[in-house]
Amino acid sequence: MILGIDVGGTHTDAVLIEDGFVSRKAKVSTRPDNIFESLMEATLRILNEEDFRRLERVVLSTTLSTNAIVQNRIDRVGMILPSGPGMAPDSLPIDKERYIVSGYINHRGVEVAPISADEIIRICRSLHGKGIRHLGIVGKFSTRNPEQELAIHAMIKESFDHISLGHRMSGHLGFPRRISTTYLNAAVFDTHLSFAEAAGDFWGSRGRDIPVHILKADGGTCSLEKSVELPVQTILSGPAASIMGILGLSDCRMDAVAVDVGGTTTDISVLAEGVPLLEPRGVTIGGLKTLIRGLRTRSLGVGGDSEVRFENGELHIGPQRNGPASAFGGSDFTPTDAMILLGFIKGGDREKAYRALVEIARSMDLSPLDAAEKIFDHTCRLIAQAIRGLIREINSEPVYTIHEILEGRAINPQNIYVVGGPAGPVAERLSDLLDIPAEIPPHAEVANAVGAALARTTAEITVLADTEIGMMTIVEDGLRQEIPNRFSRQDAHAVCRERLGRMARAMGAMEDDMEIQIVEDQEFNMVRGYYTAGKNIRVKAQIKPGLIAGFGKGRRIQ
Amino acid sequence: MNKKRKTGLVFFPAFDWAISPTHPEREERLLYTRDQVFEEGLLDLENVVEFRPGIAKEEDIDRIHICVPEAEDVATESHLISAGGAMTAAEKVLEREVDNAFALVRPPGHHAMKVVHGARGFCNINIEAVMIEHIRQKYGHRRIAVVDTDCHHGDGTQDIYWHDPNTLCISIHQDGRTLYPGTGFPEDFGGPNALGMTLNVPMPPRTSEEGFLYVVDNLILPVLEEFKPDLIINSAGQDNHYTDPITDMRFTARGYAVLNEKLSPDIAVLEGGYSIEGALPYVNVGIILAMAGLDYSFVREPDYDPDALRQSNDITERIRRDVDNVYRLWKMRESLRKEVIKDAAYQRRTKNIYYDTDGIREQQQETVRICNDCGGLVIIDSTASTGNRILAVVIPGQSCSRCRREGEAVFESIEKEKYGLNYMYFQDRDRNLYIRK
Repeated sequence: MILGIDVGGTHTDAVLIEDGFVSRKAKVSTRPDNIFESLMEATLRILNEEDFRRLERVVLSTTLSTNAIVQNRIDRVGMILPSGPGMAPDSLPIDKERYIVSGYINHRGVEVAPISADEIIRICRSLHGKGIRHLGIVGKFSTRNPEQELAIHAMIKESFDHISLGHRMSGHLGFPRRISTTYLNAAVFDTHLSFAEAAGDFWGSRGRDIPVHILKADGGTCSLEKSVELPVQTILSGPAASIMGILGLSDCRMDAVAVDVGGTTTDISVLAEGVPLLEPRGVTIGGLKTLIRGLRTRSLGVGGDSEVRFENGELHIGPQRNGPASAFGGSDFTPTDAMILLGFIKGGDREKAYRALVEIARSMDLSPLDAAEKIFDHTCRLIAQAIRGLIREINSEPVYTIHEILEGRAINPQNIYVVGGPAGPVAERLSDLLDIPAEIPPHAEVANAVGAALARTTAEITVLADTEIGMMTIVEDGLRQEIPNRFSRQDAHAVCRERLGRMARAMGAMEDDMEIQIVEDQEFNMVRGYYTAGKNIRVKAQIKPGLIAGFGKGRRIQ
Repeated sequence: MNKKRKTGLVFFPAFDWAISPTHPEREERLLYTRDQVFEEGLLDLENVVEFRPGIAKEEDIDRIHICVPEAEDVATESHLISAGGAMTAAEKVLEREVDNAFALVRPPGHHAMKVVHGARGFCNINIEAVMIEHIRQKYGHRRIAVVDTDCHHGDGTQDIYWHDPNTLCISIHQDGRTLYPGTGFPEDFGGPNALGMTLNVPMPPRTSEEGFLYVVDNLILPVLEEFKPDLIINSAGQDNHYTDPITDMRFTARGYAVLNEKLSPDIAVLEGGYSIEGALPYVNVGIILAMAGLDYSFVREPDYDPDALRQSNDITERIRRDVDNVYRLWKMRESLRKEVIKDAAYQRRTKNIYYDTDGIREQQQETVRICNDCGGLVIIDSTASTGNRILAVVIPGQSCSRCRREGEAVFESIEKEKYGLNYMYFQDRDRNLYIRK
C-alpha cells in the first residue's frame, strides 16, 4: 500500500495505491499558510489509523520550497565566492551580502591562486554583525576541485547555522547557476528542515518505520531524512509529479507530449520513448537559473481561468488570472466559461458565463456561441503552438560530436496525454490541431499524487579523472583522490556505478530500482608536445526518472 | 563600453574527430574552451544564442573550390559540419536573428586554396570561402572583407580571392620568414583585376598587444572605411597568443577581445590556435563577450603578466614602417594597376604548392583574362604528385559576358586526352553551375 500526496497551489490531492489500483483518492483545498495541515487533512481523508500499519511507502510532493522562493519568504544568505577572473562580477547573480574573495581554480582543477584566511575571517565577522546565519560558498570550477570551498568551510563552519557548498549542488558546469542554486539551498534550508521534522514526527508517531520520501524536480524521490541536505532539489516538484503520474496511468513507451491544463498555466513536458526529458542545464525558478536537475517543462501562461480580452482586433488569452471562471463566481470571462457555453464541460452557471461573454462577443462582432468557439479554439491553438515550439527547441539542441549530428534522433510525438480540469475538450482539439492522437488517462484529476506515489529514487554522479595530474574528482561527494596513471575509462565506470549505488541507497532507493545508466562517457588523450601525457576521462551516471519496480513497462495502473 | 548586441554562437568542438591522435588538430582541442564557456555561463546570457551547425553540401564546396577528383574525396563529414557551422552563423546574421555570430568550429580552413588535391596546414576546404559564396548565392551581398587574424598567413583565402575585386582579404600574421606557410608579404597585393584587394602585414616575432592594435587602428580600420564592405568577416585564429606552442607572438586574451571590439565583425570564424589550455579558453570567452558588447575587462589568463609581454622598440618601429608602406600601396592601387597590366590581355602566374598535411606537391599555372568589367576569366592547369592533372575554367562571380563566353569556348574546345588531363572542370557560380568531365 503506497500513499502519494501532492500539495499544489490550489488543491492537495492524496491517493492510495494497492495491488496496482488506485483504491482511494481525496482532494482538499490547500491552506497556503499551513502546508503541513493540508497534507494531514488529505491523508486522514483516505487513511484510518489502522491503515498506517499497512503502509509500505509514503511520497510527498509539496510547493513548500517553491512558494518560499517565489514569495520571497526565505532566509538571508551570505555568499563567499572565490571566483577568479572571467565574467565581470556585476554580471553574477545574487548581489546582496556577496563577497568575491581571492582564490582561483582553473578548468583542469588546478589551484591558480590561494584563498586568504584573513579575508575569510574578516567577512565572517562582518556577516555576523549583520545577523546572517546562513552561508553559501561557491568557487568557479569547484566541481573540478572542491578543495577551496572545503577549506573555507573548515575555517568558519562553527560560525553559521548552515553552510551550503557549491560543488554539492550538481556535477554540471555553470558558475552563475551554481551560485544561484547554492544560494537558494541555503535560503530554504530552515523552512524545509522544519517541515521535514514535522512530517517525520507525524508518520513516526504512527508507530512503525514507514519510509517517507519527498519528490524532487527531476521526478525522482529522496528520503525525507536525506532531503534536508539538498532541500533545493525539492522545488518545482509539481510539474514533475504530473508527468510521473501520466507515466503511471498510461503505458507510454514512445515519444509523447504530456499536457497539464491548470487554472493559470498549462505545463507541457516531453517523453522520449516513455522517459521524461530533463532540462539540459537546470531549472529556472523565480527568475534564477539553477543547476537543479528537473524535468523539461514549458509553462505557458494560458489556463482554464485565464483572462480573455479582445483589443485592437486581437484576441488575448492570459497570462493574467484574476480569479475563477465567471460560471464559478468569478468576474472575468475565461476559456473555462467558453467550454461551458459550448457544452464541452458540465457544471457551473451558464447564465453567468453568458453575461460575461456578451461584451466581448460584441466587440468581436460574432454571435456569443461563435465567440465562445473562437476563444476556445484560440486557447487550444496557443497550447498547440507551444508544443510545436518545445519539440522544435529540443530537436535543434546543439550537440558536440559528428556522430550525434549525423545520427541525432529527433523527437516525434506519437501521443498527447492531457490532464487537468478541462482535459477532455482540450485533448480533442489538440489532437485535431497537431494531428496526433490524444488521450486522457484515468484518474487524471489526481495524476500528480499518483506520480508522487510511484516515482523511484533518482540520482546522478560525475567522475572526472585526469591521469596526467593523477587525480580523480567525484564531484557530488566532494571527493578528490589520487589515481594511478593506468586508470581507465572502465575504472571510471566502476567507480561511478559503485558511488551512485551508494548514493541512491542513502537516499532511500530500493534495490529493484537501481537502474544505472551511463549518460556521459568521454575520454580524451591529453597531448603535450608530441606525446600523450595522460587521459582526461569524464563519466556521468544516473538513475533516470521512472516508476518503481512493478509499475510501468506496459502495465498501466487502473 | 559598447552597447549590448545579440550574438549567435555556433559551437562545434567535434569531440570525435582528429587528424591523428597526437596531432594539434585533435579531439581535445576545444575541450577546455567548452569547459570555460560553460562554467562562465556564457550560453545563459540573454544576448548569446547557441545554434546547431548545419551540414554543408557538396554543391556548397563546388561553388568555390575545384576539388580533385571530387568534393567527397577531400572533405569528410567533419569538414562539411565545420563549413556548415560557418554557413549557419552567416544565415543567422543575414536573417537578422542575431546582430553578429561566431562560428567556434573545427577543423579550420584558411590554408585551403582554390584547387584542392588534399589537406594543407590542417585544412581541407576553406570554410570562410564556402560560407561567403553561400551568402552571395542566398542573400546577394557583394562586397565582403575578410580580416584574417590567425598567426599564419591566410594563404588559402588569398589564393581563392586573388582576382576578386569585391572581396578584400587582409591578413596579419607572423613574418613568413619565420613561420609556415612562408608567404604573405606586402608585395602580395592581389591579381591584376583586383589589385589592392589582398593586403598582407607580416608581423615580427614577439609582437604584443600594442603592435596588433596599432595595425588595426592605422591600417585595417581606415582601409575598411574606404572599402565599405557589406559584411566584415574575421578569420579568428588564436595562435598569436603568447602561450601558443607553434608560433612566437605575445598577444593576449584581452588583446583579442579589444581587437574584436574595434573590428566589430559581422561573422567570426575560428581558425588556428593550439594552446588549448592556456589560451583558447580565455581568448574565446574574451571574443564572445566582446562580440556581445559585454564587459571583458575581467578576462585574463592565469599567468598573465603585462610587463613580461611588452614588445621591444625595434618591433614597434618596424610595424609602423610596414603599416605605412602597406597603406601607401593601398592608396596607390589604381595607378599601380596600370603599371602592372600595361596592355596585356592575359596574365599568368606559376605556383608550387606543398600540401604539408598530406605530403602532396602541386604545380599550377593560372591564367587570368585582364578585364575591366569583372574579376576576369581564370584558367588553371594543375598537376599534382598524386598523378592527377586537371584543367579548370573558372568564371568569376558577377562575370561580364565576354569572360563567360570565352570561358565556355575554352571548356568546349579543349580535349582531355590530348593534354593528358584526368579531369576538366567548369565553374560558374553566378549560375550555380559546376561541371566535371
